[in-house]
Amino acid sequence: MKQGIFTIAENIALTDSVMKMTLVGDVSDITASGQFINILLDGLYLRRPISVFDRDESSVTIIYKVVGKGTEKMKQMTVGETLDILTGLGNGYDLSLSGEKPLLLGGGVGVPPLYLLAKKLIAEGKTPTVVLGFNTKSEIFCEEDFQALGITTVVATADGSYGVKGFVTDAMKTLDYDYFYTCGPEPMLRAIYSAAKTEGQFSFEERMGCGSGACMGCSCKTVTGYKRICKDGPVLRKEEILWEK
Amino acid sequence: MGKMSVNLCGIELDNPVIPASGTFGYGYEFAEIYDINLLGTFSFKGTTKDPRFGNPTPRIAECTAGMINAVGLQNPGVEKVIAEELPKMRKVFHKKVMANVSGFAVADYAYTCEKLDKCEEVGWLEVNVSCPNVHGGGMSFGTSPEAAAEVVRAVKAVTTKPVIVKLSPNVTDIVAIAKACEEAGADGISLINTMLGMRIDLKTKKPVIANTMGGFSGPAIFPVAVRMVYQVSHAVKIPVVGMGGVSTAEDVLEMMLAGATAVEVGAANLVDPFACKKIIEDLPRVMEKYKINSLSEIIGGC
Ligand SMILES: Cc1cc2nc3c(=O)[nH]c(=O)nc-3n(C[C@H](O)[C@H](O)[C@H](O)COP(=O)(O)OP(=O)(O)OC[C@H]3O[C@@H](n4cnc5c(N)ncnc54)[C@H](O)[C@@H]3O)c2cc1C
Ligand SMILES: Cc1cc2nc3c(=O)[nH]c(=O)nc-3n(C[C@H](O)[C@H](O)[C@H](O)COP(=O)(O)O)c2cc1C
Ligand code: FES
Repeated sequence: MKQGIFTIAENIALTDSVMKMTLVGDVSDITASGQFINILLDGLYLRRPISVFDRDESSVTIIYKVVGKGTEKMKQMTVGETLDILTGLGNGYDLSLSGEKPLLLGGGVGVPPLYLLAKKLIAEGKTPTVVLGFNTKSEIFCEEDFQALGITTVVATADGSYGVKGFVTDAMKTLDYDYFYTCGPEPMLRAIYSAAKTEGQFSFEERMGCGSGACMGCSCKTVTGYKRICKDGPVLRKEEILWEK
Repeated sequence: MGKMSVNLCGIELDNPVIPASGTFGYGYEFAEIYDINLLGTFSFKGTTKDPRFGNPTPRIAECTAGMINAVGLQNPGVEKVIAEELPKMRKVFHKKVMANVSGFAVADYAYTCEKLDKCEEVGWLEVNVSCPNVHGGGMSFGTSPEAAAEVVRAVKAVTTKPVIVKLSPNVTDIVAIAKACEEAGADGISLINTMLGMRIDLKTKKPVIANTMGGFSGPAIFPVAVRMVYQVSHAVKIPVVGMGGVSTAEDVLEMMLAGATAVEVGAANLVDPFACKKIIEDLPRVMEKYKINSLSEIIGGC
């Protein structure tokens, strides 16, 4: 974990409610895809956890949905303004367990962490396929980013207004894969858990106090004991997961 | 004695800054980002006789200038704390640590304290009779002078190290409880634990916290904490450890002027993991600014 002051280099709308922000600063602690950063915002007490969409040597890019006070503040910020950010949080996806043809399944703002994951898998010589799930055509984002990586990119919309009609699990049935990685809303994760034919990894969300393992605010029960979503997660392997509630 | 050092129940601290229980784990994760030996000491996560998962999530809610937590004393139980957590802590922290203990029965407190009292690295036992997040325990001992005194007597009977009793602000007369603890043999008082609070999510129209209520802490409770530290420190002769919303070196001075011998920092560590380091490094500057030569001289000086 590192604390740093980052300068906004870009903050643009991808859809009506989804924004993309690029932040320039010390990104040396971001070591894996599926990790997140924790953003301090003026006037708000707790930091906001957001997944890493992409990074290069000097910047990190995030994609966030405007849902409340914090993300609304982020939307109003302009290029050149600065943010206090903790980086290098969370375990991230484990690439070493991947097969040759991993399937990447993202729903809504669960899509962003799959982008850096796809890039890393490609760099390791794997052939990932990605399925992006959205409610409707106007909410789709990032399709071109994945296409530009040269990988098979399937879009599913719940209302059938674009791509495959239905959920990512409907698209999943027709695809050939030997491992999977996913991130998205919990109902989607549960459906994938039931539908999946192989092992895989899931990224979870929880309300966080610290985001760095100190407060036990984000604990969950797993097959291998209690885990903190922020520190021992957010990525859990399928065989570890205990569904509760 | 250095300008920042204070004496807490017979043990000298290099400075009065102590990360509060539940916000610093067992220290070793913070040791990855800074040398935690610069702290006065720290209070580790509340320990109970048996392992506890704690409450369901969500356990955290944001508030204006603060937060609510309903962790519910998640910890691996005293045996595992001693066998697994303290050895990891000892590798990175070389000072005496404060062992924070909670329980559901008087005998639990005595059992857990007796075990921790035998650990060489433990300097103080901080007995939490004030956790608002567990049913039938914790806070119920801290809301009556008799019950609090009974816990203190039971713990003192089986321990040798200084016993600091951590009090709840969720009471009508904190002074009466503090005095009862002092009479029962407590070596110090720490306060305040979190204030009982609640938030409701307008989108779902349901409480944010799965457990409905939780403990409210952070800068918003600082004035309440200063007031209670002032009241209690004027009523008892034993040292008082002040906490509640402390986030800056100025806050440390204010707590000490109110009567605190040492100061714990809780929620601030969660928002800024370097908070305690920054406070300690900033203390000499604010001491100079307010013409304070020695911190121990200002205790209760307001
Ligand atoms: C590991 C992780 C990665 C995430 N990655 C992304 C991402 O890449 N893109 C994205 O759009 N969103 C992501 N989220 C969700 C994002 O954190 C919330 O949408 C955001 O915190 C909402 O803040 P707000 O102030 O706008 O909402 P408010 O409702 O005003 O926030 C109030 C409080 O609740 C917390 N909160 C609200 N919703 C969530 C949530 N879903 N998860 C955790 N805490 C929440 C806030 O952090 C804040 O403390 C991620 C969450 C986690 C835990
Ligand atoms: C996430 C969290 C967990 C806590 N856990 C404990 C605990 O296990 N034992 C305890 O005595 N106090 C616990 N507390 C209370 C703090 O130690 C402290 O008394 C309180 O938060 C007030 O200080 P603050 O305003 O600086 O946070 C906890 C507080 C927080 C925020
Ligand atoms: S949010 Fe504090 S431990 Fe995970």
